[in-house]
Amino acid sequence: MAAVRRLSAVPIRRCHPLLLLRPFSSAGSEPSITVETSVPFTGHKIDPPSRSVETTPSELLSFFREMSLMRRMEIAADSLYKSKLIRGFCHLYDGQEAVAIGLEASITKKDAIITAYRDHCIYLARGGTLVEAFAELMGRRAGCSKGKGGSMHFYKKDSGFFGGHGIVGAQVPLGCGLAFAQKYLKEGTVTFALYGDGAANQGQLFEALNISALWDLPAILVCENNHYGMGTAEWRAAKSPAYYKRGDYVPGLKVDGMDVLAVKQAAKFAKEYALKNGPMILEMDTYRYHGHSMSDPGSTYRTRDEISGVRQERDPIERVRKLILSHELATASELKDIEKEVRKQVDDAIAEAKESPMPDPSELFTNVYVKGFGVESFGADRKEVKAVLP
Amino acid sequence: MAASLQSAALLSNRIDPHRRLFAPPARSLPGRKGSILVVRSDGRISGRLSGRNLITNAVAAKADTPTSSTDSKPGHELLLFEALREGLEEEMDRDPRVCVMGEDVGHYGGSYKVTKGLAPKYGDLRVLDTPIAENSFTGMGIGAAMTGLRPVIEGMNMGFLLLAYNQISNNCGMLHYTSGGQFKIPVVIRGPGGVGRQLGAEHSQRLESYFQSIPGLQMVACSTPYNAKGLMKAAIRSDNPVVLFEHVLLYNLKERIPDEEYVLCLEEAEMVRPGEHVTILTYSRMRYHVMQAAKTLVNKGYDPEVIDIRSLKPFDLYTIGNSVKKTHRVLIVEECMRTGGIGSSLRAAIIDNFWDYLDAPIMCLSSQDVPTPYAGTLEEWTVVQPAQIVAAVEQLCQ
Repeated sequence: MAAVRRLSAVPIRRCHPLLLLRPFSSAGSEPSITVETSVPFTGHKIDPPSRSVETTPSELLSFFREMSLMRRMEIAADSLYKSKLIRGFCHLYDGQEAVAIGLEASITKKDAIITAYRDHCIYLARGGTLVEAFAELMGRRAGCSKGKGGSMHFYKKDSGFFGGHGIVGAQVPLGCGLAFAQKYLKEGTVTFALYGDGAANQGQLFEALNISALWDLPAILVCENNHYGMGTAEWRAAKSPAYYKRGDYVPGLKVDGMDVLAVKQAAKFAKEYALKNGPMILEMDTYRYHGHSMSDPGSTYRTRDEISGVRQERDPIERVRKLILSHELATASELKDIEKEVRKQVDDAIAEAKESPMPDPSELFTNVYVKGFGVESFGADRKEVKAVLP
Repeated sequence: MAASLQSAALLSNRIDPHRRLFAPPARSLPGRKGSILVVRSDGRISGRLSGRNLITNAVAAKADTPTSSTDSKPGHELLLFEALREGLEEEMDRDPRVCVMGEDVGHYGGSYKVTKGLAPKYGDLRVLDTPIAENSFTGMGIGAAMTGLRPVIEGMNMGFLLLAYNQISNNCGMLHYTSGGQFKIPVVIRGPGGVGRQLGAEHSQRLESYFQSIPGLQMVACSTPYNAKGLMKAAIRSDNPVVLFEHVLLYNLKERIPDEEYVLCLEEAEMVRPGEHVTILTYSRMRYHVMQAAKTLVNKGYDPEVIDIRSLKPFDLYTIGNSVKKTHRVLIVEECMRTGGIGSSLRAAIIDNFWDYLDAPIMCLSSQDVPTPYAGTLEEWTVVQPAQIVAAVEQLCQ
């Protein structure tokens, strides 16, 4: 990893105390860097946070590494799908990495994240390993859901990642339920319920938002607006595509979702808000390079120029690369080395995942019910051992 | 379970040369002729059983067996909805993670008074009044359950839970499986269903048949105050999602239940009235129609065995099987629709497992495949009436 080179004209500021708590930053003696987000935040019924974001060199470098890892993973998944090792539906997240990484930078593993089916990278950000991800995609035993979930059902309970859901919008009431449990159990944590611009038109979302606002639940609804609900552009699906405003009585914030520091700032702001006041909506203005899923070429409803334009101007990894280079935190060749390392990591993980066997046929019937807890339970043929009441 | 069913099927594959193949009966067919040799479980053989031998000690009674309430022990009398409330309250006292959410369950006390008095006692965070948003509050209950809470979700009428079907099917039933066992969903989804007193088509729905094929769910139906309390407690304690079906017309049934704490088994059926001639399988409100018909049947000389199956998913094939092995005739009386109902699944399960023990095709009396009409007389005829049960038993035992 590159050591910190001398900082150029940026004044060295005292470390903000919150920096010490974040998992990405190293020891508190690192100088912090203040960066302005490229686009200011727009607030709805709330004062937006400041555009200046504090970060540290190691945080930026870790952003770069993690996002490159995610990008590489998604591209590798693309080729695995084309070689028929991954079947079914495969929804890729490349282009949207900044949202996953930015969220993680401001929260702890005790906060909960729940999302829909575009979940591979969020699983990684929450602490999942590459091997588990690829094994699950290929339906192998070593997968995070033992091969029984698939691309759309990644979960990691111990680090607060609740999936991984196939039905559009159904995860938002679940997310509000998680927030309810956090409030009930007085945990002092928040839930981020992620959904897309397509799901933003689901009724259950507004139902859940209403209940969350009524009960002051620490729920933050994050709309990852990549401007297309599969093949339908947002202006064709929503009368009001200003998704951050659609909460009406619930305040909202529009964030440049391709700028990882902006996402970090917004998430931190939202967490503080939600713990005190109840739900909030964040709209992440982001973009996906791939189509909706691997069965969608992604070019019938948008032009290739549009895609390459976004890639040139707004790509999240390139932004961080420019930041790192301009602050001379690493040289270009060091960054290229990181990318090569990441590529190797992904290839190794794929190789390891390929070696994992398919699930045992008896796994077809396991985990349908939870057996042996709490009450006397036995199967209909009374052959299984009864468990006794506690 | 599939493995055990297949092995049971293998065991019962012996071909009996004396068997005849019978066509499946329809309710409207006139009585079939044909002599059937009935070998009783004690070895006696009897021919046609029509109008002889009044069995004096087989008085049909509602709850006269050891598994249901006992008159010998001092207990306390209460109505079914009070029994549900007692069960709920005891579980909420016992485990602080149990909470109730539903429409008007809190301040109003529940539209059928099942949750009356709970909100002042436990507060607004444990007895939650939700807005009319079944899809989302069911989803929220499931999300809360993923973290370890044990919500009891009430649908004011079972029919309203159709709006939450996606959440119940995909998230409630399947999350334990698709997460590879990481998450348990210990929710209880309960509510009244069934045909009431002229409530109209949309408020008289029976959802047992819609939920029965959702993998991962357990379904139980209560019918007496005793089993209502026991099943409620068992459902709350179970780590699996349980749908508890109550019936609108049964809430005011009175019974004496024990003072001491008891929890019933979710997968067990209840022997209401042991008998010899025919097994009548039923659940929920139809139990009472069956028992009424049983009075008439006893006077006509039949000795029906009545089992309240209680567990709609999975079926208690042990109790049912033992009964079929004894009586060799099965009549299923249910309130859900004929098409794709609980009766059709039960019939298939019995045929798969106990074919060789059957002396007659399994008869199934279910509600008509129509939306429930408002007019009282028409509504009466959508559900099974005792007279039809008597006629069916007579036809079965010919």
